[in-house]
Amino acid sequence: MKKVIELSINGDLYEVLVSPNQTLLEVLRDQLGLMGTKRGCDLGACGACTVLINGEAYLSCIMLALDGVGKEIQTIEGLNQTKDLHPLQKAFVEVGGIQCGFCTPGMIMTAQAILNEPEKPTEDGIKRKMAGNLCRCTGYKKIVSAVMSAAEPAGEEV
Amino acid sequence: MEHELNVVGKRLPLHDGVPKARGTAQFTDDITFPGMLFGKILRSPVPHARIIHIDIEKAKKVKGVKGVVTGQDIPDRQYGIVPKARDEYALAKGKVRYIGDDVAAVCAIDQEIAEEAVSLIKVDYEELPAVYDPLDSIKEGAPVIHEGVQNNTSMSIRKEFGDVEKAFAESDFVYEDTFYSQAVNHAPLEPHAAVAQYDPLRGDFTVYSSTQIPYFLRRNLSSTLMVPENKVRIIKPKVGGGFGQKIDMFAKDFCAAWFARETGKPVKFVYEREELFISTRQRHPMYITVRTGVKKDGTILAQQFKAYADGGAYNSTAPTMIALSCYFLMIPYRVPNLIYEGHHVYTNKPVGGAMRGHGIPQARFAVERQLDMIAGRIGVDPVELRVKNSIQAGEPHPAKFIINTCGFEDCVKQAAEAIGWKEKRGKLPRGRGVGIAGASFPSGVSNMSHISSGSVVQVGQDGAINVLSGAADIGQGAETVIAQIVAEVLGVPLDDVRITAADTGTCPLDPGTFGSGVTVRAGNAARLAAQEVRKKLFKFVAKQLGVERDDLAAKERFIYVKGNPEKGMSFKDAIKGYQYDNQPMPIVGRASWFAPSTEPTTLFKEDGNFAPNYSFMAQAAEVDVDLETGQIKLLKMVTAHDCGRAINPMLVEGQLEGSVVGGMGQALYENIIVENGQVMNPSFLDYGFPTFLEMPEIGAIEVETDDPIGPFGAKEAGEGTQLSPAPAIVNAIYDAIGVDFKELPVTPEQILEVLEKGGKN
Repeated sequence: MKKVIELSINGDLYEVLVSPNQTLLEVLRDQLGLMGTKRGCDLGACGACTVLINGEAYLSCIMLALDGVGKEIQTIEGLNQTKDLHPLQKAFVEVGGIQCGFCTPGMIMTAQAILNEPEKPTEDGIKRKMAGNLCRCTGYKKIVSAVMSAAEPAGEEV
Repeated sequence: MEHELNVVGKRLPLHDGVPKARGTAQFTDDITFPGMLFGKILRSPVPHARIIHIDIEKAKKVKGVKGVVTGQDIPDRQYGIVPKARDEYALAKGKVRYIGDDVAAVCAIDQEIAEEAVSLIKVDYEELPAVYDPLDSIKEGAPVIHEGVQNNTSMSIRKEFGDVEKAFAESDFVYEDTFYSQAVNHAPLEPHAAVAQYDPLRGDFTVYSSTQIPYFLRRNLSSTLMVPENKVRIIKPKVGGGFGQKIDMFAKDFCAAWFARETGKPVKFVYEREELFISTRQRHPMYITVRTGVKKDGTILAQQFKAYADGGAYNSTAPTMIALSCYFLMIPYRVPNLIYEGHHVYTNKPVGGAMRGHGIPQARFAVERQLDMIAGRIGVDPVELRVKNSIQAGEPHPAKFIINTCGFEDCVKQAAEAIGWKEKRGKLPRGRGVGIAGASFPSGVSNMSHISSGSVVQVGQDGAINVLSGAADIGQGAETVIAQIVAEVLGVPLDDVRITAADTGTCPLDPGTFGSGVTVRAGNAARLAAQEVRKKLFKFVAKQLGVERDDLAAKERFIYVKGNPEKGMSFKDAIKGYQYDNQPMPIVGRASWFAPSTEPTTLFKEDGNFAPNYSFMAQAAEVDVDLETGQIKLLKMVTAHDCGRAINPMLVEGQLEGSVVGGMGQALYENIIVENGQVMNPSFLDYGFPTFLEMPEIGAIEVETDDPIGPFGAKEAGEGTQLSPAPAIVNAIYDAIGVDFKELPVTPEQILEVLEKGGKN
């Protein structure tokens, strides 16, 4: 039976009609038009659909929309509430951590979850925590550099 | 290069980096239209069968279904990117040839209804015997996959250069070895998709497609729909990686267009990940036997090859793949006498197609592995052997390639030095080793008239510079590179140039992204078009300044007299002055370009200069093999790379790093496993291409050459670097444990098996 639920996405409340088996990814893309979250595998295996739930990285393609009720959902569209680029977005662009850009929103959201953690990220930690995000273009090197540089205060060499 | 460069050669971010980082960049699946329908393909569950009957009645009756189409309904027109190798229908007619073959399609008001309806289509199959290995497929009495194709061999070439028999007789040693490369899936992150619209009054199709070849797709759609080419407009949105898999039309393109015409609604098809693994394309598995004759000092005198490529059920790019595989055996090493015999063989398996390197990675694996084996047998150092046989710029080539610039020998030396060859080779503790391999790749193909690119550069009254190009950016940064070239010619920053590309309705012809030709081909077209604009504008400025046009240069939006940088005029004032001088606006430059070619090269019949220029690279690997678990870790890969002058070194590095990790996947992890025609690992989880955790230390050394044909001296940088990582890694495994592996991938199971047998393979 379909049900009307309220989801808090990027700080705003959305009322949506969902079926019990509908994933959060389907609601974001197909109902709300938040196309920044990508569908790469629909199996929780590539990370392209990563969003933040209460600040932590989740795969929206294997999460039910119903389970998002009462939580703070953040997508790539809501990463930045100002007119400027978010430091992670800026670093990905400038360091060359983007090629085709399809994995990029998921990469950036996972990276944001890492930056949300209290301890300062290390290169090994980034690789470990981002291992669920696949990229076929970059070979990952410049993505690690981008996350490291976004984690550093401006001006410091990474 | 006599003048300094200001935009070309700089590490500049992608011009579309910001929308990609913000998630606003539009890929095909992100496109929606009001009233849009959703499609789904029915695929064959059997590897080889006659279609006796298809019952679509139940599917048609599902509420919300707007159309059903089967192979019976569509024109009797086969398609394929190479005209003489067309053997595939958008939907199978009469027969299916592999599990996953396209049988029928449905469109409906939503995806769920389309999926339900597809499941209600009933197909009666009369199963036929199937065959899965090309070496079985060529035998007498093997099941016939395509009627009339003898021994299931759809394409064979035999080429002979020099006097091979004599050269073998003169050799001190002759060795013969056989190698095998596996099936590798491209696995781009973006699934294949298409959205089509149709205008019944004009008879116009507009198709948004995740394609690398908009203009070839236009041709294939036009011929299969039987409508004029000018009635098909292909728009390529952002493409989420291709690596060759998006070279070809697919059923989703045809069916989206078909249903758009039949229903009057926009129609979208998006493939599932499993469909990418089963029903698109993969790198051809290949058996290659190599016979090599050398002198005592390691000089190569002759090579003879026999190759069987497993093409799967259809041809796709078969002729090109076999030709590339052959011709690139004569570069980067000097092979004066060579016989190549190559066969493209059908099997009842997923279809082989172009994949990064296209027929060459398999051949390079065989050659580079055998060179190391020979080095060991005759007691010559593998680096020395490669240096000794390095081809040099300007030397005559058996197939008449014209090699204007070549940094290969330097690449070998520098890669070896960077990995610490002298200190490490044969000297590391057991389980640790270093290896090297080399390669060369064409910057596109120079020999066919339809392989040409156009460009239009326009400067308007607002001073904006707009570039039209047909080039298909699939993430490699083609648009950025082309914009850089235009910015350099006009003396403005990159941000002043806007580019519109890969829309066959508005942009000039371009063959697309394959053969690594985009920078040289589309880049040269853009360079010439920008020069046309520059000539017109500079003529006006020269008159104002009282100098000759050729005395002028431009940078950072300022046109000035060479040697007197104070004397000049801003770009803005020049544009303003130009229009008040009663000159027509906008200022437009147009150009078309294809590689100069004096030879009528056709790959199969005539030899000649294959490509406008050739990149070279040597890659050196260091590996660690865990003797307890068999796990192989690539610790480091250094690439010394002659890509001419890098238009954008940051993007070239990106290509190289992606290639190295892709090559590592090919060497150690990736393999499409097929049992009785069924792909057993059609998901990211089961297939397992490299993640962040496997990433090695990656080093890059630029061996710069200034190529006379590439724009600003550039050569290709997208594919060549994927050729030699796999052999370099397997050569390093030899150094680590003394075992010669001849098949890809090398897995922990194989390592343990070999070690248990006392280290002999």
